[in-house]
Amino acid sequence: MKIHEYQAKELFRKYKVPTPDGGVSNTVQGIEKITAGLGLPVAVKAQIHAGGRGKGGGVKIARTSEEVTGSAKAILGMTLVTKQTGPEGRVVKTILVEKGVAIKKEMYLSIVPDRSTATVTIIASQDGGMDIEEVAAKTPERIIKVAVNPITGIRGYHVNRVMFGLELEKELMKEFSAILKSLYTLFVDYDCSLVEINPLIITEDNKIIALDAKMDIDSNALYRHPDVLAMHDPNEDDPTEAEAAKFNLNYINLGGNVGNMVNGAGLAMATMDIIKQAGAEPANFLDVGGGANAEMVENGFRIILSDSKVKGILINIFGGILRCDVLAQGVVQAAKKIKLSVPVVVRMEGTNVEEGRRILSESGLKLINATDLADAAKKVAEIVA
Amino acid sequence: MSILINSETRVLVQGITGKEGQFHTQQCIAYGTKVVAGVTPGKGGQKMDAVPVFNTVHEAREKTGANASMILVPPPFAADAILEAIDAGVEVIVCITEGVPVMDMLRVKNYLATKPTIRLIGPNCPGIITPGECKIGIMPGAIHTPGGPVGVVSRSGTLTYEVVHQLTQVGLGQTTCVGIGGDPVNGTGFIDCLKAFNEDPATQAVVMVGEIGGNAEEQASAWIKANMKKPVVGFIAGLTAPPGRRMGHAGAIVSGGQGTASAKIEAMQQCGIYVCKDLGSLGKLCKEVFT
Repeated sequence: MKIHEYQAKELFRKYKVPTPDGGVSNTVQGIEKITAGLGLPVAVKAQIHAGGRGKGGGVKIARTSEEVTGSAKAILGMTLVTKQTGPEGRVVKTILVEKGVAIKKEMYLSIVPDRSTATVTIIASQDGGMDIEEVAAKTPERIIKVAVNPITGIRGYHVNRVMFGLELEKELMKEFSAILKSLYTLFVDYDCSLVEINPLIITEDNKIIALDAKMDIDSNALYRHPDVLAMHDPNEDDPTEAEAAKFNLNYINLGGNVGNMVNGAGLAMATMDIIKQAGAEPANFLDVGGGANAEMVENGFRIILSDSKVKGILINIFGGILRCDVLAQGVVQAAKKIKLSVPVVVRMEGTNVEEGRRILSESGLKLINATDLADAAKKVAEIVA
Repeated sequence: MSILINSETRVLVQGITGKEGQFHTQQCIAYGTKVVAGVTPGKGGQKMDAVPVFNTVHEAREKTGANASMILVPPPFAADAILEAIDAGVEVIVCITEGVPVMDMLRVKNYLATKPTIRLIGPNCPGIITPGECKIGIMPGAIHTPGGPVGVVSRSGTLTYEVVHQLTQVGLGQTTCVGIGGDPVNGTGFIDCLKAFNEDPATQAVVMVGEIGGNAEEQASAWIKANMKKPVVGFIAGLTAPPGRRMGHAGAIVSGGQGTASAKIEAMQQCGIYVCKDLGSLGKLCKEVFT
């Protein structure tokens, strides 16, 4: 789960990682008031989860009170489009305003879990303020990576490798060391999947400050972080995906015209792929899970059909523990209740499949039986062609 | 022959008295698995059907000689359950639980590295089955065919069932099928299973099923090129998955251009793996390649 920059900075302050003075508001007056307390100049920053806000016009430096009002008016309520939001962009509802700082140097610092080595990896670079993936591609020697075994935790030598790698001035080392250790502790304490500061700056008066803050928290660990759960911003959710999540359905919209409902994530991805290979475009990813029942199928139908682009639906179920006859009854029941408006191809395999197929064919519904996966993809592609 | 488990394997179930624990224990027993003990702290002395329940894994292992464990406990307790099984010296630990925090698994994995004789499968996996002998997991037993010659290793659940079903349909039995799980940090990986299949005389060919995210398939492909003596058919799910989105499995995400299906397919092809591009024809391809 991603949180906003201002929320990440609240956690930073709790862990004594320095951030600029500032405050948040969702009104122009509120921003003016915060600015009055801070003094000029200030940075006016749109709070949305996507990166690339500056380039999209969501971050402005204001040197006069007129500029503050102008920037706040321009940003609040704007649809901010960045390379991470997609073309539809995101409406800005909250602004963080921060006291301007004189920057001497911009660095990059992040912490991520590394899946292949099972370590917590610190990534740092002297080339801050830029797209780090670009730095990694063009000048990989400018990237420092230090892996920390989570059992030993962060030690002095880890910090040294980062600091000497960054060619940090000697007088800054004590401060940097404290910041990095705190940030590591924050990362572990909060089950993060990403903590990123870009840029981490050295000011003209030789202080280290986190000018930006990005945090992503492991969704599986939210049960032990109620304070993070409280930071959830429904404004950032895709409405259909949020609706699906309420029913324990895992739905992702993909923009095509063939809706599909599958049990299991791997099979769901493979089903999307085979729809594409048959010449059609998958409209979604939808995993109804191993314990799908009539109610889940019904909700699945409703969510798929809320997308007006959908012209056909493919149901692909591998019945294991979930028996095909039970599922077939669920499909029939749901289809009758929902008054299906598009053709549905059903491919079922596994436990009690014969009985399941019989239930479908005798239901009187316009359900199209497919013999196997290849057949199913072909049939649904023909329908939408 | 088989890998990791066989008809001699003695299984204990951690979380046996829970709803899932009871149901799947019964299914495993019905398949013929020797389930010798269950563990639920505070319920020692009770029985689940005919299976004695103990308070701790140590006690269960001591009294029953269990050498494998199936873990079906809720995510907040899964890491502790794995660590307890490791400390009790259980040789094959299968964690079915989905939703274990990554930080927990980072610690488990590093601790596990100090115990080279112990094998963890999962978490977030369907389990492992040696058809006709032993099933430790939630997969439907009936779709499998005993006797080999094919070994199966996969990151997915139902997708593995699909693959196994197709193998059975074309007359290819299985030695052992291992679901290594869909989490970013897991115990046994592709290479561990490939090594075991390479050394198992009954396994003559392997099907490897991967998906987007991470680089385990690329590493496994390089290992296959250098070491594998048997033909491998590969499949990767997620060609149409959009970048930056987690596709159901915690580990199934393309991030920063890394972990794409096409990169994995290319690596597989370069390393001599027969890549199946369309899942509908996987059984047919295996039949052609393996016979």
